[in-house]
Order: sequence, then C-alpha cells, then structure tokens
Amino acid sequence: MNPQQKLDMLHDMLLARAFEERAAQEYTRGKIGGFLHLYPGEEAVAVGVLHATEPSDYVVSTYREHVHAMVRGISPGAVMAELFGKRDGCSRGMGGSMHLFDRERRFMGGYAIVGETYPVAVGIGYAIAMRELPEAVICFFGDGAVNQGTFHESLNMAALWKLPVLFVCENNHYQIGTEIHRHSAVAEVYKRACAHGIPARRVDGMDVLEVHEATRLALEQIRQGTGPYLLEFETYRFRGHSMADPGTYRPKVEVQAHQKDDPVLVAIEETLPRYPSHEEIAAAGPDGIKRMTEHLDAAGHLPGDTLDALNRKVAAEVEEAVAFAEASPEPTFDDAWAALDCNRGLEVLIR
Amino acid sequence: MTEEVLYWQALNRALDAEMAADETVFILGEDVGLYGGSYRVTEGLHAKYGDWRVRDTPISEGSFTGLGVGAALVGMRPVVEIMTINFSLLALDAIVNMAAKVPFMSGGQFPMPLVVRMPGGVAKQLAAQHSQRLEQMYMNVPGLRVAVPATPQDAWWQLRQAIRSNEPIVLIEHELLYFSKGPLDMEAPPPPMHSAAVRRPGRDITLIAWSRMVDLCLSAAERLADQGIEAEVIDLRSLRPIDWETCQASVERTHNLLVVEEDSGFAGAGAEVAATLGERCFYQLDNPPRRHAAVELPIPYNRTLEAACIPTVESICQAVTNHLQAGAAS
Repeated sequence: MNPQQKLDMLHDMLLARAFEERAAQEYTRGKIGGFLHLYPGEEAVAVGVLHATEPSDYVVSTYREHVHAMVRGISPGAVMAELFGKRDGCSRGMGGSMHLFDRERRFMGGYAIVGETYPVAVGIGYAIAMRELPEAVICFFGDGAVNQGTFHESLNMAALWKLPVLFVCENNHYQIGTEIHRHSAVAEVYKRACAHGIPARRVDGMDVLEVHEATRLALEQIRQGTGPYLLEFETYRFRGHSMADPGTYRPKVEVQAHQKDDPVLVAIEETLPRYPSHEEIAAAGPDGIKRMTEHLDAAGHLPGDTLDALNRKVAAEVEEAVAFAEASPEPTFDDAWAALDCNRGLEVLIR
Repeated sequence: MTEEVLYWQALNRALDAEMAADETVFILGEDVGLYGGSYRVTEGLHAKYGDWRVRDTPISEGSFTGLGVGAALVGMRPVVEIMTINFSLLALDAIVNMAAKVPFMSGGQFPMPLVVRMPGGVAKQLAAQHSQRLEQMYMNVPGLRVAVPATPQDAWWQLRQAIRSNEPIVLIEHELLYFSKGPLDMEAPPPPMHSAAVRRPGRDITLIAWSRMVDLCLSAAERLADQGIEAEVIDLRSLRPIDWETCQASVERTHNLLVVEEDSGFAGAGAEVAATLGERCFYQLDNPPRRHAAVELPIPYNRTLEAACIPTVESICQAVTNHLQAGAAS
C-alpha cells in the first residue's frame, strides 16, 4: 500500500469522526430527528473494509451506516441532507439516518431491523453468482445481530451455493446495552461460521491496516469462486447505542454528585448529551485514529502540518455538508408519491 | 384458442412463458425444483431451466424471501414460492419491512420486481395452523400489491403481470383451486391487473368475493335466481389496490351489498370493502352493507365443524335472503 492510500484512509477516519460529532450536535439542535446511531470508535472497520473493495462490489449495511456510506463515496453533504430529511439527501429524505441508499455507488441500503442485511446480501450474491460476475457483496452486521435466525439461515444458503458474500461483523461487544457475554453463549462470533463450513477470522478492528489486509485477502479468496467468508472485527463504540441512550449503565448523577456541589446543575447536565473528550477517549483504550496517526508519523508520512491540514480539511468538509443540508429544500408529498410509485411508469400490464 | 386447463397448469404455463422470455426470472422455494412444487405449480421447470433458475431452498422462509428482495434490488425478477401463507408469517419481515419499504425508503432508487406466491385458503382438514386466510395483513401495507386469482385464466394473466411488474406483489392462490378446471385462452389480452370482474350480472344485490368464494357466490346466485333474486357477482381479483369503480357502479345499480369472505370477518378484507363502499354508496344503499364471513374461530380439524366455519353455497343464499328481508321489513 502506498503512503497516499494510507493518508486517504486517515482522512476518511478523521472525516468520519468529525462528521459524527457534528451529527450529534445537529441532533441536539433538533435538525436531525428519530434514531441516530453514531460510529465514533469503530472508524477503522468501515474505512479498512471499504478501502479494500472494488467499485463494482455491493455494500449492504446496518442502521449505523453514515460512515460506510461516505467511505463508499456518497458525499458528506448527501448524507447530512438525508439526516436532515431533505430532498437532496441520498434517499431524498424518505429514509433518514438508518436508510441511506445510493444506486450508483452500489450502496444497497441501511437496514434497521437487526438481521436483515444477511438475506439481502445473499440475494445480491445469488444474482452475481448466477451471472458469473467477478463482483462481491459486503454484508455488515453487529455482534447483537448474530442471534437472529436469519444469520444461520443466510450463512447456510451462502455456503451451500458458494455465493460471493463477505460477512463483516462489527463486534463492538454490546447489543444496545447488553454485553456480549450476556447475549451469546459463544462470544467469539467467527467461531459460528464453522457450523456452515465458512472460513472465518477474528481481527483487531481498531487497526485499520489490519482490517484492510484481512479484507483484501478475504475478497481475493471470494473472487476465486470458493464461496463466502466471515470476518469478525473487534471494535468499540465510544458513545451510547443511539442518541437516545446516554451509554452509561449506571446512574451518572450519583457519580457526579460527589464531584460537584450543586446537585441541580448536575441534574441539568445529565439531560444534555455528552461526548467524551479526546483525552478521555485516549485514556479509555486504543483508538483506531490515534493508532493510524502514530503509524503514519513513525513512518515519516506526516511531515510538517500534514495532520493539522487534514483536520482542517475534514472540518471544512463537514461544514460544507451541513450548509448543503441546511440549504436543501424539504421534500413534498409529490416527492413521497414519486418514491413509492417509482416503478409504475414502466408498466403496461399492471394498470 | 381456448382450452380447459387446471389452475395449477395455468400458473405453470405462466412461469414457463416468463422464464423463457426473460432470463432474469428465477424461482425459489421449498421443493420447487426436483420435486416439482407441493401443488405441482413448478412441475417440469427444473428440468428445463436448471438449478440456478429453479432453486430448491432450505426451510428458511425468512431468509429465502429476503434473498428474493436482495436479488430484485440488482435487477433480477425472483418468484418466491412459499409453501402456504401460514409459513409466510416467518417471512413477514422480508415482505413487509423490506420489499414494501426499500423502493420508498431509497427515495425511489430501487424498483422491487419481486413476486411472492402462496396458497392461502382453507383446504380439507389441515387444522388451524394450515388453514388461515391472512390476506388482510398484506392488504394493510402501503407499497405492496395483493392479487387473488380465482380462475385459470386469471392465474395465467395475473402471474405473468406480477412477474413483469416492478412492484412487490403477493399472489395469493388457493389450495382447493389448484385442481379446479376452467377455460384458458393464452392469446387473449389481459385486463389491467387490479381490475375487478363482473362474473354474473344481476339487479337485486351485489355479491363481492375473491379467490375460492367467487365460485360459491356464482353457485349461490344460480339458486337465488330460482327464487327470483338476481345477484350480481363481482370477483375482486386484486385486494390492493381494489377496483372501487367497478364495485361502486354495481352497488349503485343493485342498492344492496354483501361481501362474502372465507376469512374471519373481524378486521378482515371484507371490512375494508364494506366500509369503503358504505362511504361511497351510502345514499344509494337500501340496506347497510353486510359481510358474510367465517366463524371467529381458529379453523377446527373436525370435518363437520370445519365445513360449518366458512361460508357455503347454502349459507350465502341464506345471508342474501336475510339481507333483502331486513330491507323489506324496514
């Protein structure tokens, strides 16, 4: 991999972090509604995996998919506009945060019912195999999704018919608030693949280079027509499950009351979404972005103010995305009906 | 040229014709391949088109229906067979949450040329888990179409139309219709997919039915004619959308409406028909719109009780007589 590719990946990780931080702010400002699931902490997975794909590959993702969409090439503006519910959003304001789609970039959607990505990916893989094309499908899912019936149903079919699907587990160790040892008898997700004869590996999901290499090798094998592959990336989300979840499974008021004199102020603060500082994140454990930065620095790829320049660049991109989203018009009922009736103009027999 | 064929044969020919015409059409489901389909609908197709286009699946309704959704996203035209509507409960997420929603949620970027076909009636002593009529569940989902062919001719037309459509369509067949015979003209131009058909004209009352209940209504109408009551029988053919114009025109002529459904009446398909026509035709009606539906029980295994649970020719005649007498008395 050349240095520029690594810098591109660092850029995407920084953009991912900055975009999601801003999305959280816009949510608290009321610009974004509904459920908002953010990705900070897990950037190395989306960036490493998707940088190893071809434009002809398909991506099927979950409801925590803003970053997957952007790394795949959907502009931050189109993603932010979708979060804002605007007409220029990548789903025309009909899908929202959990349902990003882009036909041109083969971004086949964010799916918000846990366990839906498998059959969709298997169906796309079926079509690819039937046409004998050299394409593959990337199927994202979380550790909480492996206890849905569709996981085993779909892995079985993918293996049975040797479909070109790369199953990618983003194991952040929590299904909403339930830690993996409390939701899975076998906490190593990759081990489940052997029940279907699917090769699988567990990889450090906080190291973008390892993620990239593992994905590259898996896709190489898949393209030889040997069938599906499963990669489990161990990662961690720094925030709660969604903006509706503070992410602390203990009463924070109790903790903070000892540190502050005024319990009323504490109670007020408790109602405000809080994002950990970079120092807190760094102290909490390995950060994929920090690791990549250190790696590039050690290799001499971040001379002078390269890193600062990257940070300024992503800040400007996020600013531009928000401005684009703000300026985009609201969709109308006509747009909504057009989205539903998207197919009917082609019909002669149906009417 | 018109010939007499069985309902399953008409479906079989429709599949064959569309598969021959378009290589993106493929079939998947349990025992659709080597076995030829539980009701013979896919007979001979596996031999003709091979594994990839006639795919025997594992027993995984949720995921193989979802597979159909995924394949449809990339331009295939999957025809998913679910062995009975009862098993489609396991595929509701794929049908309701995925097939019906993705075209819309993507802002219209992805058509959904998916057909999900299944029998969905009361057969003979299959007991409650295999004797449900669940059409009302699918009717209630914006983004889906629901077709209910009652004759071999409609089976031929509507399945072909469904396959050619870019919308997700649930095609509900009937266990007891598969081996019923009727005329089929393969060259005749099809009517619009969702149009209703007036099967028998009459001046005194409109009977609205679909699927197997159409035949029963026609038989009942013959008997009623002997008593001097001329019933008009409408076959809805489609439950979403419904051809209200045809229904309304009929009710405005007869001034009486009885919906006959095999399903239980509470919150059933007939409730929608009666409510909408009640709104549309209120001032033309001589009587309140009524429904004649199944008893509100899970269908019993016992043969006598089973038969007594759903409408029969006799019970339809009685319901019509009661309906008209209620009007005369008031």
